[in-house]
Order: sequence, then structure tokens, then C-alpha cells
Amino acid sequence: MSAATQDTAIRTGRVTRTLIYLVLILFALFYMLPLYVMLVNSVKPLDEITGGGMMNLPQEFTIEPWLKAWSTAQIGVDPTGLAPYFWNSIKMVVPAVIISTVLGALNGYVLTKWRFKYDTIIFGLMLFACFIPFQIVLIPMARMLGLMGLAGTTWGLALVHIVYGIGFTTLYFRNYYAVFPTELIRAAQIDGAGFFQIFWRILLPSSGPIAVVSVIWQFTNIWNDFLFGASFAGADSQPMTVALNNLVQSSTGVKEYNVHFAGAILAAMPTLLVYIVAGRYFVRGLMAGSVKG
Amino acid sequence: MARTADADFKTRLQNWIPKLVLSPTIAMMAVFVYGFILFSVYLSFTDSRLLPSFGWVGFENYSKLWRLSHWEVSLTNMGIFAALYILICTAIGLTLAIFLDQKIRGEGFLRPIYLYPMALSFIVTGTAWKWFLDPGIGLENIMQSWGWVNFSFDWIKNRDYAIYTIVLAAVWQTSGFVMAMFLAGLRGIDNEILKAAQMDGASNWNLYRRIIIPQLRPAFLSAFVILSHLAIKTFDLVIAMTGGGPGRATELPATFMYSYTFTRNQMGIGAASATIMLMTIAAIMIPYLYSELREKK
Repeated sequence: MSAATQDTAIRTGRVTRTLIYLVLILFALFYMLPLYVMLVNSVKPLDEITGGGMMNLPQEFTIEPWLKAWSTAQIGVDPTGLAPYFWNSIKMVVPAVIISTVLGALNGYVLTKWRFKYDTIIFGLMLFACFIPFQIVLIPMARMLGLMGLAGTTWGLALVHIVYGIGFTTLYFRNYYAVFPTELIRAAQIDGAGFFQIFWRILLPSSGPIAVVSVIWQFTNIWNDFLFGASFAGADSQPMTVALNNLVQSSTGVKEYNVHFAGAILAAMPTLLVYIVAGRYFVRGLMAGSVKG
Repeated sequence: MARTADADFKTRLQNWIPKLVLSPTIAMMAVFVYGFILFSVYLSFTDSRLLPSFGWVGFENYSKLWRLSHWEVSLTNMGIFAALYILICTAIGLTLAIFLDQKIRGEGFLRPIYLYPMALSFIVTGTAWKWFLDPGIGLENIMQSWGWVNFSFDWIKNRDYAIYTIVLAAVWQTSGFVMAMFLAGLRGIDNEILKAAQMDGASNWNLYRRIIIPQLRPAFLSAFVILSHLAIKTFDLVIAMTGGGPGRATELPATFMYSYTFTRNQMGIGAASATIMLMTIAAIMIPYLYSELREKK
């Protein structure tokens, strides 16, 4: 991973290097732009935004938009702010992340260390399930949740996210366990260790990094989901993304851009924090989902 | 005798445990993924409207679908969006990766900045771009307040150009990820070949064109597959930025399916459009996954 040893040994002149730095910095500014816009405008009074000052730093600093977005803004019919929806998201994300990661770990273990006929085909079918356009399952899923008595509930949403997240979590653990020495497992078997003992004592203690990758990936994906939330949530189980969209698209009254921006940051905060703290693992998950191995 | 029977039972149990452990997942996949796909495909051949119904109508929904101007607009938009999105993301991703690979000071600082958009929800970034591009308060207003009185930029409200604003936001979101894919590819290239080529006096331009870029073929393939599948699934971003408008100017198949199924009560047609989306993605993903899984052996 260290850049120094991977030197591609390209000789570049001074002018070229300046140009390269210039381009790289310009792109960095481009990527920062929306975050900057959201941040500075979430702490200004509304008239500073509408008066053409969107790019300016706030003249009058206020946290009013944040308070309003969190606790009093009109979402749908009630002036509840985003707070209840934030908790809805948490209640949906936590069980979904834990269950899909645990199942992914067990699946990965079986698929690499207890191989059987057609296991690759089964894995392939699981993997393809990650990439289907979810429009193809929306109608039957809505009916199934109804039949199971989970329509419009947080548990129903969590179940949906578990089902469509397992492919990725299995992929992570499968690729990780694939390079784990199988001899160790055979040796433990000869010593009489059973299926779960081997998993618990031999594989799990060294699974830390990949568990982090899986948890972060699932957390980010589920938190950011909009399609399932919009399709299956009831009025009191809507996740944060759906509530934010309702806030921004509401057509009644004055458009409070500063409140919208504050709300957007509130919705982005958890995943952004995770990215800042453990970005390395997030990128690893991202890459494993595309260039395998 | 008893002991061996017992041991026999134990080994047989050990043989069954792995399959038992895998079975909840297999059951979920069988019902929630492949069962549901079959159900949706079946619905696309029925007269379902507000609710699923099982009156067989053959290909009627498909022939209706292809006669709808709304669907035609969605497909045209998809074509424009996907082509530009894939092309621009690849170009930016490759350029940034090559530039970052020149022993850049501050690489560790720049890379996370290029990649953080991937951690954000499309609804969040859609909100930011929606207001930044809004002619009333965003870019146009900013430029005018800075003295360019005649500056005008109303693409997001303009039927002919709105789709390009979606491209802009989508490129912003994923081009950093493409950069990371190419950078990983670049870092995996054997230095000896490069040194040899440089000894032979190859210019930088030729080095990249003839030797380095051809070696990035797997990264190009992955980028293409990932980007095209993301393009076909694009939904949240459109909902957040334009809601499919102005008019139908930014409708995509995903938004078409959603509105026909859930707001227009044309479930049969909605299911038909979802089936077409699935087939398109399958045509791209299945060969890719097949080759990826085969290489492993």
C-alpha cells in the first residue's frame, strides 16, 4: 500500500508537475463544493441565501436552522423535525447490519471451508442478487410484508435490508476466508473440533478487519437507502432519507433553504463520521464489491 | 457396534451442519430474490392494475409500454445519461488516478476528499445540487451578485438541459470511486517493464498509451460494469433533484417503473418495465460475474 515502493518512475518536468497539482486541487475543490454549500448555508439566516450570498461565509451566525431541522420542521403533516426519523433509521440499521454480517460470516465460512457440489453456483446466485434492479422485487415484497404482518414497520424494512445485503457480506467473508490456511482447519477437525468450534476458535478471532468492512458497508448502504424506505415504510417508520426528501420537496410555505441544508447534513452525519473515522475500511469494501480478490 | 453407529451419526451430522447453516440464506434467496423475480415477470403478463391480478394478457403490457411516449422519453434519457455518466466518470477517474500516481505530495489528503461522496446518500447530495443549481438562489444568482449581470444558468429548470444536471451530480458522486479503481490498477503494474521502456527512450505519453493504459484493461472492465449497473439503477438522485421534471425531462426507467406501479396504478406495465431493467442488467452482470468466479478456480 505504501506509495514510495510503488514508484512508477515517470519523469515529469516542473511545468507538468505544476499543472498536475493544479488539476488535482481544482478537483478537490469541486468535490468539496456541495459540502461547503451545505455547511455555510446551514448556519445563516434565510435572507443571506436568497440575496445571492450562497457562496459567502455567514455574516450572522445562527444555529436556528439546525434546531429547526432537528425538532420543529414540518415533515409531511406533523411539525416533528427530523429527530424521530433519525431514530427510525437507527432502529432499522442496527439489527439489519448485525444480522446480515453474522449470516455473511457463516456463509463465507461454509462456502470456503466446507465446500460441496454447486457451492460456486449458489454463491454466484447470491452475488447476482446484489446487483438486480430492486424495482423487480418491489411489488411482491410489498405483498409479502403485508402477509407477514410487517407492512409499514421498521422490522419489515430491516428484513428487506438483510435479504438484499447478504450477498455482499457473504462476498466479503468468502474472499477473506478463501486465503485462510485450510490445513489449520483440517488439523482442528482431526483433533475432534466441530463446525462451530472451528469457526468460533480459529476463524472468528482473526476476522476483525473484514467484520469492520462488512459492518461499515452495510451501515452506509442501509442508512443511505431511499427506494426501500420510500416503498415500504409507514408514516411512523420512515427512515431519515425519506423524511429529508419530504422536507425538501414540501411545497407549502416559504422554502427554508438553510433548514434543508441543515437537515441534509444531519442525514449525512452518521455515514460521514464513519467515513472520517474508518474510511480505509469503507474503501476496501467498495473495492471488494467491484474488483474481486 | 453402538460406538461406531454413534460416531457415524456424528460425522453425518457434521456433514449436514454446513448445509443447515447455509439454508436460511438459500431459502431467503429462493423466495425473496428469485421467487420474487419470477412473480414480477409473471405479473408483467397479467392485467394487474392497482393490485396484482392473474388474468393472463400475454405481451399486451409490453406492446403498450413500447407505445408510451413516457417510456420512450425515459429510455432516451437513460441513453444520454448512461453514455455521458460512464464516459465522464471514466475520463475523470483515469486522469485523477494517473496524476495521483506521480508521487504527489498530499496524496493521503486528496484521496479521501475525492472519495467521500460515495459515503453520502443520493438524497443528501441531490438536495445540495438541487439548490446550488437553482437559478433563483444558486449559481446564476451567485454569479450575478458577483457582477456578471447577464450570467444565466437555468439547466435544472430547462427541459432540454435538465438531464445534464443529473449527469453532473452523478459524476460528482462516483468519479472518485472510479479513480480508486484505476489507482489500484496502476499500483499493480510491474515496474520492471516500465523501467525497461524508459531505458528504450519511450516518452511519457507513449509509455502511458502503449504500455500502462492497456494493462488497465481489468480496471476498465470493472468500471464499466459497475457504472452501467449504477446508471440503470439511478433513482434517488432524480427524485431528490428534479422529481423527474421539468415535465418528463429527467424521467429514467427506475422512476418510470415507480410512478406507473405506485401512483398510476398500472402495475402490469410497471412490472414489464422492471423486467426490461432486470434483463439489461443481467446482460451486463452475468457474463462479468461468470468470468470473475471462474478465474478464482
